Amino acid sequence: MSRLRKRFENLCARRRKALIPFVTAGDPEPSVTVPLMHAMVAAGADILEIGVPFSDPMAEGPVIQRACERALVHGTSLRDVVAMIAAFRVQDTETPVVLMGYLNPIEIMGYADFAHAAAAAGIDGVITVDLPPEDADDYICALRKEDIDTIFLAAPTTSDARLAKLARHARGFVYYVSLKGVTGAASLAPTEVGERVGEIKAQVDLPVVVGFGIRDAATAAHLSSIADGVVVGSRLVQIVAENEAHVENIAIQIGVQLKAMREAMDRLQTADAG
Amino acid sequence: MSDVQRIREGCQNVPDEGGHFGPYGGRFVAETLMAPLEELTEAYHHFLQDEAFVAELDADLADFVGRPSPLYYARSWSEQLAGARIYFKREDLNHTGAHKINNTVGQALLAKRMGKKRVIAETGAGQHGVATATVAARFGMKCVVYMGAEDIQRQAINVYRMRLLGAEVVPVESGSRTLKDALNEAMRDWVTNIDDTFYIIGTAAGPHPYPAMVRDFQAVIGREARAQILRQAGRLPDALIACVGGGSNAIGLFHPFIDDGDVRMFGVEAAGDGLETGRHAAPLATGRPGVLHGNRTYLMSDDNGQIIETHSVSAGLDYPGVGPEHSWLKDIGRVEYVAIDNQQALAAFHAVTRCEGIMPALESSHALAYCAQLAATMTQEEIIVVNLSGRGDKDIHTVAAIDGWQL
Repeated sequence: MSRLRKRFENLCARRRKALIPFVTAGDPEPSVTVPLMHAMVAAGADILEIGVPFSDPMAEGPVIQRACERALVHGTSLRDVVAMIAAFRVQDTETPVVLMGYLNPIEIMGYADFAHAAAAAGIDGVITVDLPPEDADDYICALRKEDIDTIFLAAPTTSDARLAKLARHARGFVYYVSLKGVTGAASLAPTEVGERVGEIKAQVDLPVVVGFGIRDAATAAHLSSIADGVVVGSRLVQIVAENEAHVENIAIQIGVQLKAMREAMDRLQTADAG
Repeated sequence: MSDVQRIREGCQNVPDEGGHFGPYGGRFVAETLMAPLEELTEAYHHFLQDEAFVAELDADLADFVGRPSPLYYARSWSEQLAGARIYFKREDLNHTGAHKINNTVGQALLAKRMGKKRVIAETGAGQHGVATATVAARFGMKCVVYMGAEDIQRQAINVYRMRLLGAEVVPVESGSRTLKDALNEAMRDWVTNIDDTFYIIGTAAGPHPYPAMVRDFQAVIGREARAQILRQAGRLPDALIACVGGGSNAIGLFHPFIDDGDVRMFGVEAAGDGLETGRHAAPLATGRPGVLHGNRTYLMSDDNGQIIETHSVSAGLDYPGVGPEHSWLKDIGRVEYVAIDNQQALAAFHAVTRCEGIMPALESSHALAYCAQLAATMTQEEIIVVNLSGRGDKDIHTVAAIDGWQL
């Protein structure tokens, strides 16, 4: 059984929702990433989502764009990111790790080479932002061969017909983009999100997690009550940016933020159960 | 047959339904943009069958753009080169001074039909930004143009032109602060404002349907040129030459000649400081296939898949990718792609200005420089048609600075 599936089953059994922090690998420097991953697990993360730096991150707001630029100053490459996950796996063989990035680095490395290296490093799933299922046949084939989950995005604009297509190709979980916009935007409408998540779950037999625009513990808790998990990205990357000159503070401050979200999410679940 | 009937026919050939030209093209965008791209594709195909739309487009191309543009026999330069007979397709005489307006008129009419009140665009040198601001002013649409902060410094006059036309010019500070980053930022705007916004892409690249749609709006260049050369010379040309950045003027000239097997075609990329220096903008000459800005195509990217910064004296060619149809035409061998460096382009700029009294854009000067090389290998019975895609007034600051002249 895949690590992701096992983790979601386990969460379900414990009536707990997935808290999925996102940080960009190599931001602000490569040595920060692996210890930060462990710190996020210690602070209550269930799944880790690690951004692969790209020179032209079209779907990102300014916060994650800057993160890519900081990471690329040190030349953090897709191969480097794969090596970081392998280093993380030395101590942690339980926590699922998902990469999120853009297609060109994978395309240049080659789908088969990438899938093979990613599987060997213990990467569980890959989200490629600029690759909808229509153009993904070879990619899906290569990742499937190495038992890596192909995670696709669903958006407020996704039609039912396209949802059916997503359902055929998606593995691991469905990432629901909660708003029309880029990462870190601030106009999320929870009621609409709840309706859409319900529609997706009716068509796709996978956990649905919600991301884009989750900035605080209250929003995280609220959305976790309508989905199977929440992704928190720009808010954490902002903490990295603020501590660029004091990298020793990054893991501590991100830990504080995640714990607050974890507690708020668990409190709501317990209350619902009661 | 009207222009637009021919556009309709063109649509039925390449690309396929998913926007693929062989292995190139496609739709590599975030999920949120898939629905608006499908909506745009549907609207585009629908309105090309709509008589009122067709009539309005034809009238605008005639009365607002000033089409047809002349096909001019460059007698003096041909005689000086003592080779082939050279004809210029005079896109520099269009309203706003370049071929860009052919496409912005078409897309703005489509935006109007789709009920979009706001248009956005990316621009490098500012020509596409000006062409977009121009049609937005005419149709009373709100217009936002994204432009790299570096380019805003280099192209102050075009920035002011856009502002005079009522457009908001937004400086892009991310990445290399040039055209590719402006395109990223325009995509981010679009994904945020899809309900009321139409994104007018300026070149034959981007996600489907843009490469095919921009080609079809620009193919008026080649249709006119084909009819004009048959009238003036009594036969088809032996060679066509056009510069290639994203490649919209080139695909516009080439497309109506694709089935004329005896007509050779040459696309001219920017070799910048020289291909061997790595400081250039020639993905077809030196790059490899990859994915950027919504399509698979030849790209300048490093071994890790990061996009490399490009260099050319001509801002309009300063782009790391190229339209996907060009990648396909390269692979199947229908078009030959060559590269001309900054110095060669500048020499052609001066030669044509002095010899013909026509000041070409630096982009077009790349095509002219290759034309001079090719003409020298041909006889006086042979014919070359060069796309003079824009006028050079916008470049005089650049040329003066290189020549050491104080303006």
